[in-house]
Formats: sequence, C-alpha cells, structure tokens
Amino acid sequence: MKGNFDTQVQVLKYRVLRKVAESYLNGTLTKDINNIPKEISPGPKPTMRCCIYKERAIAAERVQLALGGNEKDPNTIEVIQAACDQCPLGGMEVTSACRGCLAHRCQQACPRNAISFGPDHRCQIDPNLCIKCGLCSKACQYGAIIKHVRPCETACKIHAIKPNEEGISVVDEEKCTRCGACSFACPFGAIMDKSYILKCLDMCKQNEEGKINAYMVVAPSVSSQFHYCKLTQVITGIERLGFHHVVEAALGADLVAYAESKELAEKGFLLSSCCPAFVRYVRTSFPELADHISHNLSPMARIAQYIKETDPKAKVCFVGPCIAKKMEQFREDSAPYVDCVITFEELQAMIDAKGIDLASLPETPLDNASYFGRIFARSGGLSDAVKEGIKEHGLEESFTPKTLNVSGLDNIRAALMQVKAGKNDFNFLEGMACAGGCIGGPCCLTHEIRDAADVDKYGHLSKETTIKGAVEGILAIHSWDDK
Amino acid sequence: MVTIRVCVGSSCHLKGSYEVIDLFKNEIKSRNLIDKVELKAAFCLNQCSHPGVAIQVNDKVIPGCSKETFHDIFEKEVMPLLA
Repeated sequence: MKGNFDTQVQVLKYRVLRKVAESYLNGTLTKDINNIPKEISPGPKPTMRCCIYKERAIAAERVQLALGGNEKDPNTIEVIQAACDQCPLGGMEVTSACRGCLAHRCQQACPRNAISFGPDHRCQIDPNLCIKCGLCSKACQYGAIIKHVRPCETACKIHAIKPNEEGISVVDEEKCTRCGACSFACPFGAIMDKSYILKCLDMCKQNEEGKINAYMVVAPSVSSQFHYCKLTQVITGIERLGFHHVVEAALGADLVAYAESKELAEKGFLLSSCCPAFVRYVRTSFPELADHISHNLSPMARIAQYIKETDPKAKVCFVGPCIAKKMEQFREDSAPYVDCVITFEELQAMIDAKGIDLASLPETPLDNASYFGRIFARSGGLSDAVKEGIKEHGLEESFTPKTLNVSGLDNIRAALMQVKAGKNDFNFLEGMACAGGCIGGPCCLTHEIRDAADVDKYGHLSKETTIKGAVEGILAIHSWDDK
Repeated sequence: MVTIRVCVGSSCHLKGSYEVIDLFKNEIKSRNLIDKVELKAAFCLNQCSHPGVAIQVNDKVIPGCSKETFHDIFEKEVMPLLA
C-alpha cells in the first residue's frame, strides 16, 4: 500500500477490502471467503482485541460489509456489534487527582447542585442530578474531573446514535442522514459503510468484455487524495482498473449551478440539493421545508444522466469521500443514472488489489469542468457558483442572491430553524453535512485540515473559467437556438 | 439522417471540442442541414493520442478535427453521405 491513511481503523478496513477484491479478481472469492478473517488476524497472539477468535469474528463481519452488508438493513452504515467496545456512557468521573481542596470551584460551577464532599473532603457527583454539562471539569484546577463521551455520539450532531441496554451503540435508522461522521469517529472501527466494490469490479469486467462502457465519475475532492502520485496518474489507474473513461463530477456541478441559479431567481428561495445527507435531514427532520429543496439532481446524478444521454451502453460508477452518496444511488431520482458508488478508500484497495502502481503510470488528463464546478468540494463553493450563475444568466438586476453556507448538521439545524421561523435573511441555503464540505467527508484517505484555498487552486487549473464556458458547449449541442 | 458525435472527453476538450462543436453547428445551419444531421456529444472515442478532436460520423471514427481540418472533413466525410 502506497497510500497513507490517518488511522489504523482505516488500514484494517482497507486490508479487508483489498483481500476481497483480490479474491474476486482471482476468481476464488467463494473459496477464500472463510479464510480472509484468518489472514487478517493470523495469530497466535491477538493484536487488536482480547483474543484472535474475537478478532476473526469481527473480521468476518467486515468481510460481509465488503460484500455489500445486510440487505435487510436499510441503512448504508452498520454497527458491528461485536466490535463495539461499549465505551463508558457519557458522564462525569472524579479521578484520584482530586486533592480535596478548600476552594470547591467545582461546586460553584455546577448549575444543578450535584456536587457534595465526602469525609475525605473529596468531590462527589450525584449522577441523578448531574446533567453532564462539564462545567465542573473546566473549573477544577487539577483537571481531576473527566467528562466521558462516546466518540460516535459526539460525532453525530443530530443525536441519531445511542447505546442500547447492553451499552452497544445503535443507529436510529429513520433519523440517521448517512453522513458517516460516526463511522470515521469510532476508535474501534465498529461502524462501517456497506461496500459495493464487487459491483464496481463487475462493471470493469463487463467493460473489458465489451458488454458495457464503464464510466467513473470522480468527485472534485479527488485532487487532495492521492498524495504519492499525480492526479493524472490516478486517472490512468482508474482506466487500467477497467473503466472506459473518467469524467469529473464537477461538470455535473457546473450543469447544476447553471440550472439552479435560474431556479433560484424564479422561485426566490431554495435549499441546495447537492448533499444527499442534507437533503435527507431536511426531509426527515424539517418535512415542512422539503418543498424548498432545489429540483435539480445532485452533480453526481446530473453528470451520470448526461453521460447516459451520450452513450446508450454507459454504466456509471461514482467515487468520492461520501457515504451518503451510497444511499443516494438508490434514491428514485438518481437510481436510473447512477449504477454504483464507491469511496476513495475502496478505490485505493481495488487499485492495489489489481497490482496497479499509480506512481509509475503515464498521465491521462482530467479536465471537463470549470473553476466553479470544482469548488463545490468545499463549503461555500456551491454558493459562489450559484451567484456566478445568476451573473452569467444576466439576472443580476432582477434578483439578488443572498446565500448562507453552513456545514455540519448542528449548524444546518440552526439555519433551518431560522427558515422555519421565517427569520432568515438569506434566500439560498447551501447545506453540507460534513464539516468544511465534501473535503471533510468520512471516506477521504486522509483527513488533515485542508485549506479551502487548495480546492480553489485546483479549480483554477481548469481550462474553462466560467460555468457557461463549461456547459454551453455540451448543452448547446441539443438545441439549435442561437445563444 | 447523419449522426455526428464530437468527443468532449478531457483530452479532446483541452484540444478544443467546444470550438469544433461551434464549427459544426454553424456549418449545419448555414447549409440548411438541421433536419438531416444530428449533432451529439461523446465521452472518449479512444483517439486521445492524436492531435485535434475526435469525431464520429455515423459509425466512422475520425481523429484530428480542428479549425484547420474542419472544412476538409465536412466535405469529404459528411457531404457524400447526404448526397
């Protein structure tokens, strides 16, 4: 593996995906399937859990997810019960660092009078009164009070994951937006997304047999993913994997921005439709606002639709940092166009399974979209593109776009509450479930903080500098009206 | 009906697909061929290594279309099919 992952959980997930892909490519998957857990945890000593048997049992569950997961579970992410370490439930703990001081700042800070002192003068917290606000912890000068939080619960900004009676985390399927924040946050790798790599590899096979033309649509965030080689080599690598051609999802973003800016000027108020987790959140938690969601397809579905218009033999697979897109592929409006969705992690696993050394490959250009299509990868990019679209349509004088871009479901909730109360001073809400936009997606190879400026830099490499420049050539082909 | 497909894949796009599309549109209009010629886009006609833009006239793939070669290609590859 040449790629660098942030965490050992990602490495483990990668190893399973790669093994499954290798076996599929060798045509030995059925035979190998029961041996993969042993290869992941060869033993004799455990390296991750209490014993190798538990390690292997969990690995077997990961194999199942790599094969597509539990069909009866409608969610795109699943909690591997055996892997959930049943982290301490949220709450305050007074540690031995408490010196039984005189100041009692902890007691002063507590809004619920939950703190008293024992015969040893040390702090005691009444769990029935404590609301886990953490103020005592902040007040203690010795750092003697710890606030326990479950990483998955902290990551889920809409409280859709909670422990059951046994202390195992359970996802509220209805509430869950499939953003995948919990999945990346879990330190034990107990929450994993279903994988469709076999579907993807089957597309490659059918393409090589000449039965279909397999297209890979790549998310604009690809620019910051493969640090060890050039993006142009990644494109060659995708073609070597068995794809006919690679197209930028950002061209779909250009098409969306072009249409959505017009729609905004006509309707006067819109919620964006690009992020499937945002769309689902609006539909499930703010159904009264669902009519305001833009009627445009997402960039992924829009470009897939366009590809299928140009080529009746086309099948389309999308690759990105996103788990929610895996849900979107089955949504009624996207399903006719998108045949498969995979993540950057999974692409890395398949490329390595096929023995493709990206850094040694020749370069293949990737340039379909404009600057504006490409900056959809960061929070605020869609808003910028919609404003540009209004300008390019010449609608500036009749309509003034007032955009608000929010990322992270907690911030989104606050913005939607404003809309619900009619107190919004914006007429376009760009909602992105992941903090910072798609570049903060859960299935990025690495999650270091990226400057939005890096996305813009990639955007500026586009041949086309305007949305019109990127879309009119391909749209005009279907119309004989003069511009 | 003659179908012309212009490649708009990355490689051809960088070499001027959209200019070629405009050339075709103007030519088809000025020759009054709108009802006889269908203009479409295509993603990759597997001619990436050739200079110029790849096009496909009915089943025939023709690499190297550009401002310079356009008129010649139109006369030799498109017009005979309409005769």
